[in-house]
Amino acid sequence: MSTSINYSEKIPNNVNLNEDRTLQRALEQWQPNFINWWDEIGPTGAQDSEVYLRTATSVDPAGWAQFGHVKMRDYRWGIFLNPAQENRKIHFGDHLGQDAWNDVPGEYRANLRRIIVTQGDTEPASVEQQRHLGLTAPSMYDLRNLYQINVEEGRHLWAMVYLLHKHFGRDGREEAEALLVRRSGDENNPRILGAFNEATPDWLSFFMFTYFTDRDGKFQLCALAESAFDPLARTSKFMLTEEAHHMFVGESGVSRVIQRTCAAMNEMKTDDVSKLRAAGVIDLPTLQRYLNFHYSVTIDLFGADESSNAAAFYTTGIKGRYEEGKRTDDHQLRGQTYGVLEVRDGKLVEKQVPMLNALNEVLRDDFIKDSIAGVGRWNKVIDKAAIPFQLTAPHKAFHRNIGALAQLRVSPDGRVISENEWKANHDAWLPSEADRAFVASLMGRVDGPGQFANWIAPPAMGINKNPVDFEYIRFN
Amino acid sequence: MNAADAHLISQHLIDPVICIRCNTCEATCPVGAITHDDRNYVVDAEKCNSCMACISPCPTGSIDNWRTVAKMKTYSIAEQLTWDDLPEPLAADALAENGEGTSIPAAQILANNALNAPSGALDFSSAALAAGAANAYATAQYGATVAPWSAAHPYTHLYGAKAAAPFIAATVTGNVRVTDAGTDYDTHHIVIDFGTMPFPVLEGQSIGVIPPGTDANGRPHNPRQYSIASPRNGERPGYNNASLTIKRVLADPTGKSMRGVASNYMCDLSVGDQLKVVGPFGASFLMANHPKSHLVMICTGTGSAPMRAMTEWRRRLRNSGKFEGGKLMLFFGARTKEELPYFGPLQSLPKDFIDINFVYSRATGQPKKYVQDAMRERAADLAKLLVDKDAHFYVCGLKAMEEGVIYALRDIAQSAGLDWPAICARLKQEGRMQLETY
Repeated sequence: MSTSINYSEKIPNNVNLNEDRTLQRALEQWQPNFINWWDEIGPTGAQDSEVYLRTATSVDPAGWAQFGHVKMRDYRWGIFLNPAQENRKIHFGDHLGQDAWNDVPGEYRANLRRIIVTQGDTEPASVEQQRHLGLTAPSMYDLRNLYQINVEEGRHLWAMVYLLHKHFGRDGREEAEALLVRRSGDENNPRILGAFNEATPDWLSFFMFTYFTDRDGKFQLCALAESAFDPLARTSKFMLTEEAHHMFVGESGVSRVIQRTCAAMNEMKTDDVSKLRAAGVIDLPTLQRYLNFHYSVTIDLFGADESSNAAAFYTTGIKGRYEEGKRTDDHQLRGQTYGVLEVRDGKLVEKQVPMLNALNEVLRDDFIKDSIAGVGRWNKVIDKAAIPFQLTAPHKAFHRNIGALAQLRVSPDGRVISENEWKANHDAWLPSEADRAFVASLMGRVDGPGQFANWIAPPAMGINKNPVDFEYIRFN
Repeated sequence: MNAADAHLISQHLIDPVICIRCNTCEATCPVGAITHDDRNYVVDAEKCNSCMACISPCPTGSIDNWRTVAKMKTYSIAEQLTWDDLPEPLAADALAENGEGTSIPAAQILANNALNAPSGALDFSSAALAAGAANAYATAQYGATVAPWSAAHPYTHLYGAKAAAPFIAATVTGNVRVTDAGTDYDTHHIVIDFGTMPFPVLEGQSIGVIPPGTDANGRPHNPRQYSIASPRNGERPGYNNASLTIKRVLADPTGKSMRGVASNYMCDLSVGDQLKVVGPFGASFLMANHPKSHLVMICTGTGSAPMRAMTEWRRRLRNSGKFEGGKLMLFFGARTKEELPYFGPLQSLPKDFIDINFVYSRATGQPKKYVQDAMRERAADLAKLLVDKDAHFYVCGLKAMEEGVIYALRDIAQSAGLDWPAICARLKQEGRMQLETY
């Protein structure tokens, strides 16, 4: 295992792929199918563009981010694992203290495969969801960021497919094929998770998606990076470094929308929504409704609040908690409890349940804390503009479709409400058709170097220390 | 180590406005210097060894911030955790006051700002040096002694001690300062005209200027050599003229005050003045002419002269439609933006015509960056060019740069899985690796 990547091979890798001819041949057979998938369902209208992309030439810090203009189709998708840690021990669950596994134990094979397939399925799904966004990019800089995300989601698919091919034999190869066959939003053959079948219709949705939903990816990967199955832990660690860029695009994207709106509010000295919309900026209440939507849809991704699967994944060592290694409890959690929400007498109250069964909720709460911190940073942008408005994350029971809270109607401030009150307020809490139509009306492509659509501020700095007006994409 | 070194450090800080708290830096840091709370990610000045491992994985650029502070007054972790914005850089006088009562001259602080800014490249090249110690760098190993096959035939030594005429008299027709007044850098663009006498030059060639008067020993001055900055058909096309880029030398290489005889003579010339010129010189560092040739130009300071000449000739060819997709890629290093000659005009060249990478080693508030850093950032493009038979590499500028540039190319080749020894042998043999450093 070396940290450098052999680019002379058909599939760049740092896993000595050429020493395992069977695996190499299997992946080389999968590769053209991947390229076909990319051609068919990847970003539209970008075949000839040379994009200023970041490519890893090794997994150590020096080679991690090499920048250059490349056509996306020629991006060197490959297999990169973080370096192995010598004598790594399992640090939670029933196998605590034993050696980490380099191969899949037979008894956990089905669960591991399921986790890897579910994670892998989200990667191509998001590329599919975002494929038309290039046509309405607010700037060349943003378009480049979209494409960077797209190629890296493609690489994440590679990461998961490698594990399937290497460790799961024929089943794994079949699953790897199926990952290229399912389609986001396809009624007959949809992607596995609900949120990944929703369209990403506009750039505000894209920024919210990358802020919230890619953050779900971060927390899932963090939990998998703790796994007793060492190849999964190592590949997840490398993916996390890439995932960070996606969240950056979301956080800074929303932040720049806020910045532009606040500037317009101060220039026009108004908070009148219709005047602001007429001026072509996205009013803060609309931003709040988009936030409510993406936040609530994303926290559903963590699954049911009580789950025996989650307990099994943990006790068997397949999936840890966020920052498992930094926690100071017994890492087995037997006999411990955790609070989850339920309704009693028309009110949401917390009940204590065995912590092992509540691990989805534990991860969801970690996510919520992380998400809300970023909402706080957005509010600083509003504060700086001296505008009396604050964005807030809604209550975690708001607009839920999974778990014990799924059948409830809950207001953003956490009151259990009637169906009538829900209906009366739906358009005040979640983006209405009119909101979506308005946001869609702002979407028009701006792609000259240094030019930005009216509804978004330029970023504070460019990519890789380049100026903001750098030619991030060469349209050929 | 001087007093300032002992008391000042360049403290690594993270910009809380741009940071998205993704934890990548903390996960990357090999010495555990980065930590966080619910509000900020911060760097412990006691632990950070400026290894730069966290810089490239950071998705936001917020990681790359440095402030010169007194060693005893670094920003503590507790303090950084309360920040909403980075503090402004301290002015030299404030720093001097902060130095725990030790008086530190402002000039030393400024020098320290420049010296102390950490650089991945510095570390890298010193590592490369250590690794290659057994095999010391030698220009002759890499630099071509022949011109590229498509170069035009050069005329050399038409005027000089061993030629029929000892010199040619030229007339100054222009002398413009191209760096901003008020900075330490005084670079001039000087146009000279040869009247009706033949003086054919090609891009990449140089000429000699004989300063008037005698040296300390009473002998006439030796000619000083300068690269031509204009294309073959003249600074002004159709006239028998050429331009030079000359930096006024006010200090010797060790920093001691010293007025360069020829550069000061040249920079002080007025329009209409006559000067003695010898040359032309140079039969190897010549521009490839075939229309598919790619030129990779790597230079510092006035080493930009031949690059400007080649770029301008290509630009004229392009305007007349004689161009076939050959690429131009420029890496241009200077201490600061203010020091760059031709900064304005180069910036306005179309980006599809020339791919320009400016690098500043001493820009205020930025870590040092050298041409080789920029080259590493462009590794993907350079790796392709290294194996392209139409690509030509030109390196011109300070001697100190050459080795770093060659090693950067070596690392790029090796990272891309290329056979570096074979590539550099071929580049040398085919006249496609031209080194001109001084």
